[in-house]
Amino acid sequence: MAWAIEVKNLTKYYGKLLAVDHISFQVKEGELFGFLGPNGAGKTTTQRILTGVIEANDGDAEIMGYNIQKDAFNAKSIMGIVPELANPYIDLSAWDNLMLMGQLYGISREKRNEKATLFLKMFELYERRNQKVKTFSKGMKQRLLLSMALISEPRILFLDEPTNGLDVQSARFIRNLIGELNGEGVTVFLTTHNLEEANQLCHRIAIIDHGKIATIDSPQNLRRAFQKMQSVEIGFATPFDRIDLLEKLIGVSKVKKMGDKFRLYTEAPSRVVYELTNFVRDNSLKFTTLNTLGPSLEEVFVKITEEHIGWDYEK
Amino acid sequence: MGQKLRGVWVIAKKDTGIYYFKAPVLIFGLVFPFFLFLAFAIGRDISPLFLFPGIIGITLFFTASSVGPIIMPWETRMKTLERLLSCPVSIQSILLGDILAGFLFGIIISLVPLLFGLLGFGLTINNLAIFILGILFSSFCFSSLGVLLSSPPTDNPSNIMMLSNLVRLPIMFISGIFIPIEELPVAGKIIANFSPLTYTVDLLRYVFQGVSYYSVTRNVLMLILFLIIFLVSGMKLHKRNLAKRL
Ligand SMILES: Nc1ncnc2c1ncn2[C@@H]1O[C@H](COP(=O)(O)OP(=O)(O)OP(=O)(O)O)[C@@H](O)[C@H]1O
Ligand SMILES: [Mg+2]
Repeated sequence: MAWAIEVKNLTKYYGKLLAVDHISFQVKEGELFGFLGPNGAGKTTTQRILTGVIEANDGDAEIMGYNIQKDAFNAKSIMGIVPELANPYIDLSAWDNLMLMGQLYGISREKRNEKATLFLKMFELYERRNQKVKTFSKGMKQRLLLSMALISEPRILFLDEPTNGLDVQSARFIRNLIGELNGEGVTVFLTTHNLEEANQLCHRIAIIDHGKIATIDSPQNLRRAFQKMQSVEIGFATPFDRIDLLEKLIGVSKVKKMGDKFRLYTEAPSRVVYELTNFVRDNSLKFTTLNTLGPSLEEVFVKITEEHIGWDYEK
Repeated sequence: MGQKLRGVWVIAKKDTGIYYFKAPVLIFGLVFPFFLFLAFAIGRDISPLFLFPGIIGITLFFTASSVGPIIMPWETRMKTLERLLSCPVSIQSILLGDILAGFLFGIIISLVPLLFGLLGFGLTINNLAIFILGILFSSFCFSSLGVLLSSPPTDNPSNIMMLSNLVRLPIMFISGIFIPIEELPVAGKIIANFSPLTYTVDLLRYVFQGVSYYSVTRNVLMLILFLIIFLVSGMKLHKRNLAKRL
């Protein structure tokens, strides 16, 4: 099996700050790989290293077999990239921005024209192709950036929060497109904060936290693994703060106060609900809400990143 | 190699389209040398033979070195740099492209005072080969200086413009333009050695007047030496500061 991305021991310091901490992972060819993590986790830094924009302090990365440091030209030639914070040239027209990219990737004039026309039409920018990008909205700029990433017909796409700040329709359009491209065989490395997006699109997800990979798995497996981490949420009608009593209930592994409610973590939510109703009756309390919560991907994410539990969640 | 050159050329073309028309380039690359020319020439009874090497030298110096300073800070500010760096072009190619843009700008604009002199003041080029050689190396050298000056990793073009004028104005005054080198005191002669513009103007004197203070070989070699210093240090500093721009 050839890897589309093979990362070994990648490390990046900014001065003394360890932004990426000896990470290793592989992405299969044709895979849609999600890269998730809280702000400052090291996602953008990782993508910058993988796309040859900055150099790592240690470790290696190969893109389709090309070493990004030793063979940057070939590696970069097969990538399409949308950086996190990037703009097209606002003094150039949409068309000229695309031509510039095409030329930098060594695409022939004929092919450039053909692809530019195709993508501008697809992204609904064709009517405004000769206007300077200065006049474009954020969504239009983002669509243009995507066209610029696609004009070289990349085999692998690196997208850093491509739907960030876009309206629902534009985001959906881009999401669908990512899915379609992946369907055509393009490998996608997708950094996102949108867990629903990751859940829908990605074959596998890596969660990075404090520069370290906390876990890599499919969205389904992640959620399944956390089945043990379901919870029951209860809110009382009268002031109540005896967490210690709740902790003693059968089946409860942990209790957390969340605002005016309590969350009781358990592997057996129905048992806990039963215990709770007894508890409420025995103590002459009243509750306002009682919910069982399955682990959404969001909770899995929060759990992994907030509590720094890594691979050992399975044990 | 072919791919590298293509990258350099594409970058230079991009720069000409975007940066030639930016206010700081127009002001310090066109307007400023023009007023220097007026200040220099008006009301003084000096022969065009002495006038024009200085004027062409100043024009070339300021125009070729006025494009480089704004490109990197501008790309940093407009957030276009990262996308460029992720293309299959090296930072060296990008910087060479920027240098090429300044190089061409310098040569094209310097044609204006040249034609003015040739057509209006009876200026004649005595040695075309040396003239071309001098102009090419000078423009390359000054343009590299411009790119070197933009290496501090700021996203504010006006800071770099300030820095570059702080460097360029003194250079202009020590280059034997207003007073020929042979008439300078000893200290002035020594200081003049440290300006690349000295050698350009001296070469142009040779081309137009047939006399020069230094030998042609020395002038050309010194221009090449400055070029290498500017080029190598510019590439090094830019490479080192690149991550700070993202
Ligand atoms: N150019 C830089 N210089 C110094 N430190 C940096 C630089 N870029 C990032 N960092 C630091 O490195 C760490 C990782 O940053 P990075 O941008 O990779 O995070 P991220 O996961 O992309 O976050 P976000 O979700 O906010 O985009 C952060 O602590 C950040 O402050
Ligand atoms: Mg980021």
